[in-house]
Amino acid sequence: MKKSRKPKLAVWKFSSCDGCQLTLLDCEDELLAVAENIEIANFPEASRNVVKGPYDLSLVEGSITTPHDAERIHQVRRSSKVLITIGACATAGGIQALRNFKDVREFTSIVYATPSYIETLNKSTSIADHVFVDFELRGCPISKHQLVEVLSAYLNGRKPATPTYSVCVDCKRRGIVCGLVTHGPPCLGPVTQAGCNALCPSYHRGCFGCFGPKETPNTSSLASYWLSLGMKNPDLLRLFRSYNAYAEPFRKESEAHEK
Amino acid sequence: MKSRSIKVDYLARVEGEGGIQIKIHDKTVSEVQFDIFEPPRFFEAFLRGRHFTEAPDITARICGICPIAYQMSSIHAMESACGVSVTGQLRALRRLIYCGEWIESHALHIYMLHAPDFLGYQDVLQMARDHGDAVKQALKLKKIGNELVTLVGGREIHPINLRVGGFYRVPTRNELRGLADRLKWARDAALETVKLTATFPFPEFERDYEFVALHHEEEYPFNEGKLISNRGLDIPISEYENHFAEEHVSYSNALHSVMKSRGAYLVGPLARFNLNFDKLTPAAQQAARDVGLVPPVKNQFKSIIVRSVETVYACEEALRIIQEYEMPESAAIDVHPRPGVGYGCTEAPRGILYHRYRINDKGLIVEAKIVPPTSQNQKSMELDLRDFVPARLNLPQDKLTWQCEQAIRNYDPCISCATHFIQLEFQ
Repeated sequence: MKKSRKPKLAVWKFSSCDGCQLTLLDCEDELLAVAENIEIANFPEASRNVVKGPYDLSLVEGSITTPHDAERIHQVRRSSKVLITIGACATAGGIQALRNFKDVREFTSIVYATPSYIETLNKSTSIADHVFVDFELRGCPISKHQLVEVLSAYLNGRKPATPTYSVCVDCKRRGIVCGLVTHGPPCLGPVTQAGCNALCPSYHRGCFGCFGPKETPNTSSLASYWLSLGMKNPDLLRLFRSYNAYAEPFRKESEAHEK
Repeated sequence: MKSRSIKVDYLARVEGEGGIQIKIHDKTVSEVQFDIFEPPRFFEAFLRGRHFTEAPDITARICGICPIAYQMSSIHAMESACGVSVTGQLRALRRLIYCGEWIESHALHIYMLHAPDFLGYQDVLQMARDHGDAVKQALKLKKIGNELVTLVGGREIHPINLRVGGFYRVPTRNELRGLADRLKWARDAALETVKLTATFPFPEFERDYEFVALHHEEEYPFNEGKLISNRGLDIPISEYENHFAEEHVSYSNALHSVMKSRGAYLVGPLARFNLNFDKLTPAAQQAARDVGLVPPVKNQFKSIIVRSVETVYACEEALRIIQEYEMPESAAIDVHPRPGVGYGCTEAPRGILYHRYRINDKGLIVEAKIVPPTSQNQKSMELDLRDFVPARLNLPQDKLTWQCEQAIRNYDPCISCATHFIQLEFQ
């Protein structure tokens, strides 16, 4: 039987911290195996070598924040059969989407140094705001296990098995005492998608929403519960307004607590 | 008059997006630009109004490669603003997690980003075909660094367990002891790495840098110390801005740092090694001497050997801390905000990372300033190229281009870090 050619993988970076693509290099045990099954054709963080597109699979990290990148993402889409976004920047605009709540033009006009050197858009937006995305992998950063799962699902022609339920489910499975109903550090677990294996609660810390909103989150109910316990609006606003601030359910909830 | 140019549009094997442009007229270099086009993310702007306890997690997102450095510099700055300091085993745990970041980051850079240049490969996977055992050893070494970060910090990228005042949960003695055997293996692998990297071909290239690093009376520096240089700088970190300034150039989205009235300087492994050699463990010192590496090292290409020596140190320091560890009663000390200014400066794998914050009585951040190592090294990178290229104009274009890339990769530049510091001034 003729051996079929290895699928070509490209990794693209937009506005981000590089952590999600680093996750691929952090797959120390799996990296050589991945490279046996996939041709790493375009991954500048790892290689000088660039194999021309089109690519079978593109992993896209980062959000769109410049006019140039808003164009470039269309080229990436055109050269990719399957496009998967990795991380909170690519799926929700990331921490840099905090600018979306301010008038950036106003504050770049009073930039300390030389504003004309800087080219930037008003908003930091997700990849799906610009092009069709085949699959979104959540997390700030993404989980190594979920990344391997996504690559393996792709190679085997199946859907990735990544949960859309809340962090609470993992917390219960691990037998972690619920902080929200006992000692009560603010915890976004009930409205945040699983994927971290309830990491923060296992460290006696409330979830702060790295994986973004779960499917059908009831953010307002959670927020009113906290208000009833004496939490203040500015604190609620900051809690919802972090690494996935521009994901719609979190954005709306934070806006509801703006003065 | 013959003109020539060297251009790298998208520099590979570094973190972030940048390029190089060099123009040569009649055998002299007329222009060198290390061009950073990675978009700015305005961290210093949106930190304003956030609670002081949020700074460690927010600033970690500046860099996925060295989040511990950001967490540490911001935590120390906040503690200095609030007038507290963390001592004893909590302080030791901070050094321990920093060891993990150094091991992980140095192993990544030595083997995956830098070694392929010396051995003539496009990347580590190509290198693995001929040097399979070395690459497998590298991956294991890197993994052990990551395991240490994960054990203390919760996860390897953007750890969740560090906070102003200490930690959310401290590890038990047994949890830490469990890593001791792996760290001993890592130390031996690092010793072999020193020997291996010392055999690489190094270009004859030395420059008279002003080296700047933290210096601590008793330790090789991670979290604390004063700032010193080989030309007499000797200041507490709170005076950093009196001695260093940032310039904005048109072709870069990162600010260039200069030492006031003196110009370019160098931070990172060479600076630390040259200024703190006697604080390395005896085995790390011996490993360096055995391969003929003694301060002052002035060839930035040899930073790969220095990183290997520092990896030996980080493994040994981690083993020492684990050996002496007693689980503290409380995972953190109480920190109450008070209006004021705080400073933090720690040694990221790439060099000093400076943070300054002003907070108000409610604990909200009023002003933030962050100066990452890569923007401090940008001037030296460009000056290196200016000196490096003229003597090598007889090389074919592709070879010269590759060597210029390598000269930049000497710095392990973290462009994602360098970019995010476009200073915004609110009226």
